[in-house]
Amino acid sequence: MNKLAHWGQAPLEVLQVLGRYGLNFFERLGRGHIFMAYVLMGLKEVVQRWQLVVIQIFSVGVLSFVIIVISGLFVGMVLGLQGYNTLVDFGAEESLGVLVALSLVRELGPVVAALLYAGRAGSALTAEIGLMKTTEQLSAMEMMAVDPLHRIIAPRFIAGIISMPLLAAMFSAVGVFGGYFVGVGLLGVDDGAFWSQMQDAVDLRDDIFNGVIKSFVFGIAVTWIAVFEGYDTVPTSEGISRATTRTVVNSSLAVLGLDFILTALMFNE
Amino acid sequence: MLQSKFIETVVGVFIAIGLAALLMLSMKVSNLSSLASEDGYVIKARFLNIGGLKVRSPVKMAGVVIGRVTDIYIDEKTYDAVAELTIDDDFNNIPEDTSANIYTAGLLGEQYISLAPGGEETYLEAGGVIKITSDAVVLEQLIGQFLYSKAAGDNKGDL
Repeated sequence: MNKLAHWGQAPLEVLQVLGRYGLNFFERLGRGHIFMAYVLMGLKEVVQRWQLVVIQIFSVGVLSFVIIVISGLFVGMVLGLQGYNTLVDFGAEESLGVLVALSLVRELGPVVAALLYAGRAGSALTAEIGLMKTTEQLSAMEMMAVDPLHRIIAPRFIAGIISMPLLAAMFSAVGVFGGYFVGVGLLGVDDGAFWSQMQDAVDLRDDIFNGVIKSFVFGIAVTWIAVFEGYDTVPTSEGISRATTRTVVNSSLAVLGLDFILTALMFNE
Repeated sequence: MLQSKFIETVVGVFIAIGLAALLMLSMKVSNLSSLASEDGYVIKARFLNIGGLKVRSPVKMAGVVIGRVTDIYIDEKTYDAVAELTIDDDFNNIPEDTSANIYTAGLLGEQYISLAPGGEETYLEAGGVIKITSDAVVLEQLIGQFLYSKAAGDNKGDL
C-alpha cells in the first residue's frame, strides 16, 4: 500500500525535479545574457583604461603561451607520424603537409587551443573573480561607486577575445612545424612537396580565415562562461570549486558543440 | 612602474608572435603567394564530360602549371560542360589549335587540364575557345566497354 502510493507519486516528483533543472538552466542562461549586456556597456571605460586589458592579456594570454606552444608542437608531431604511417601505404606521403596543415588550421588549432585555454585561463578567471566575490571585494568596489562589471569583468572579457585567436594561430603554426620536423626531418618526406602541396590545398579564405573566425567565437564563448561562472559563484569556498569545475566542463562542451555548428556552416561544400 | 612596463613589453611580444603566426599561416601554409598571380586572361574549353574536374584545378602545359580553372558551368543549349580557364598573362602565346585534355594526376590524384600546343601562328586571346578537347576518362565507362567487347569477343568464338 505504502509502496503503491510511493510509485504513484514518483512520476510527479521526477517531473518536478526536471522542471526545477529546466527553470534553473534558463534562469542562468538569461542571467548570463543580461550580465554580458552590462559588461558590454562598459566597453567605453575599457577603451579609456586600456592598461587594464594589457595586464589581463598578460595573465590570460601570455601565461598560456607555453602550454599552447608545447601542445601544438606535439599535436603536429603526432599528426606527422600517424599521417605518414597511413599515407605511405598509398604512396601518398607527399600529401603529409596537406593533412597536417588542414587538420590543424581547420579543426585542431582552434578547438584544442580553446580547450587548453579553458583549462589554463578560463578556470583561473573563474577562481579569481569567484574569490573576489567571496571576499566581498566586488561589493566593496560597488560601495566606492566603481562598477565591478566594467572595472573587473569587461577588461578580462576583452583580453580573452584578443588572446584566443592569437593563441590558436600560434598553435597551428607551431603544429605545422612539428609535422614538418617529423615528416621531413625524421621520416624523409620531400621538403618541396611538403610545402608546395600544402600551399596548393590550403585556401586563405576558406581555411585560414574560417579557422580564425572559429577561434574568435571560441574565445568569446569560453571567456564569457568563465567570467559569468566567476561572477555567479555561490560565495563559499565550495562554491568557488564548483564554479571552476563548471567553467571547464561547460566551456569545453560549448567549444565542441559550437565547433560542430561552425564546421557545418563553413565547410559543407 | 617598472613592473607595468615589463608586462606591457611582454604583452607586446605576445601579440607580435601571434600576428607573426597568423602571417606565417597565410603566407607559408596557404595559397596567398600564388593568389597574387591570379590575374590573367580567360579562355574557354567545352567538354562532354569533365569527370572530377573542380574549380581551382590546375591547368598545365607540358606539366607546368600555367593557370587554373576558375568556373565550370553547363551550356544550356548544347548541354556541354564549359570550363573557364584563367591563364597567367605570361603565357599569352597559346596557339589557336591547342587541344585540351582532362587527365588525372596519379592513380587516385586530382584531375587537371593539360593543354597540348598546336602549330598555328595565331594565338588564343581572352574569351577564346579551345576547339579540340577530349573528355575525362570515366573508369566505369572503360570497364563497361571492356566487358562489352570481351563479351562480344566470346560470342564470336562460340560461333
